[in-house]
Amino acid sequence: MSTLTQLQVGESIKEVQLDPVSRIDLIKYAGASGDFNPIHTIDEEARKAGLPGIIAHGMWTMGNLAKLFTPYFEEGYVQDYSIRFKGMVFLNDVITLKASLKEALDNKLRFQVQAVNQNGREVLKGEVLFSQY
Amino acid sequence: MFSEQVGKRSTKVKNVVERGAVKKFAEAIGDFHPIYFDEETGKNSRYQNNIAPPTFPRTFDYGEIEGLNLPDKGLIHGEQTFHYKRPLVIGEELLCYFEVKKYFERKGNFGEMGFLVLESFGEDLTGQMIFSSTSTIVISEAVRKVLTK
Repeated sequence: MSTLTQLQVGESIKEVQLDPVSRIDLIKYAGASGDFNPIHTIDEEARKAGLPGIIAHGMWTMGNLAKLFTPYFEEGYVQDYSIRFKGMVFLNDVITLKASLKEALDNKLRFQVQAVNQNGREVLKGEVLFSQY
Repeated sequence: MFSEQVGKRSTKVKNVVERGAVKKFAEAIGDFHPIYFDEETGKNSRYQNNIAPPTFPRTFDYGEIEGLNLPDKGLIHGEQTFHYKRPLVIGEELLCYFEVKKYFERKGNFGEMGFLVLESFGEDLTGQMIFSSTSTIVISEAVRKVLTK
């Protein structure tokens, strides 16, 4: 099993590229989260809101990003997770999830995290404070 | 109109970290790690149970604040934070509530934007805080005008 302990400041967790965003992804997230704002699932509602098409829930992308840390559940947990939503995610966008270690203090690992689209544009960025047991 | 709501708090609502809900949520964010749904993996883990993903509290019921009327359209989610004492485990019960933390307006590209910060909490049944989270919601001038009509 891989471990975060060996990670040096400046190094990154292996990034993850998601499949192109599909409508069914967003319908599933709407159902699982209870967020049925129609700009995430219905084209006409998105257009009425002045958008070119439906956009992903910010929380869908934020939820996806957290999975970079799931494999390390035996050595610690996500104590703090803070995100600023920077850009919209549209259908068929290809999102890449990244995390790099900024600081290691005692048993706390501070990561800079971000999600970027296929054009290299940041759609979300923030920090994860991973607390090791 | 949101400034008057600052400091107001909802009454606590009991929520259960449901096994089926966690599985569905983990699948919806494309996290198929067995720690979220496989009972054996959970039992053999340090938690002796399955756990929930960090953004799962999005699914909880936090109650209502009287007089706080948010439109169901036209809001922009600006920022989001979560803070945990430990991961949530399947089957546990949490008392959840939220409060209006602050409200301010700032000039932006689309006129005077309103920033509403809501803070949510989840306590165990002994009153110990297990998680808290903040959501910053951006409300445009156009949407606020509709609200005050």
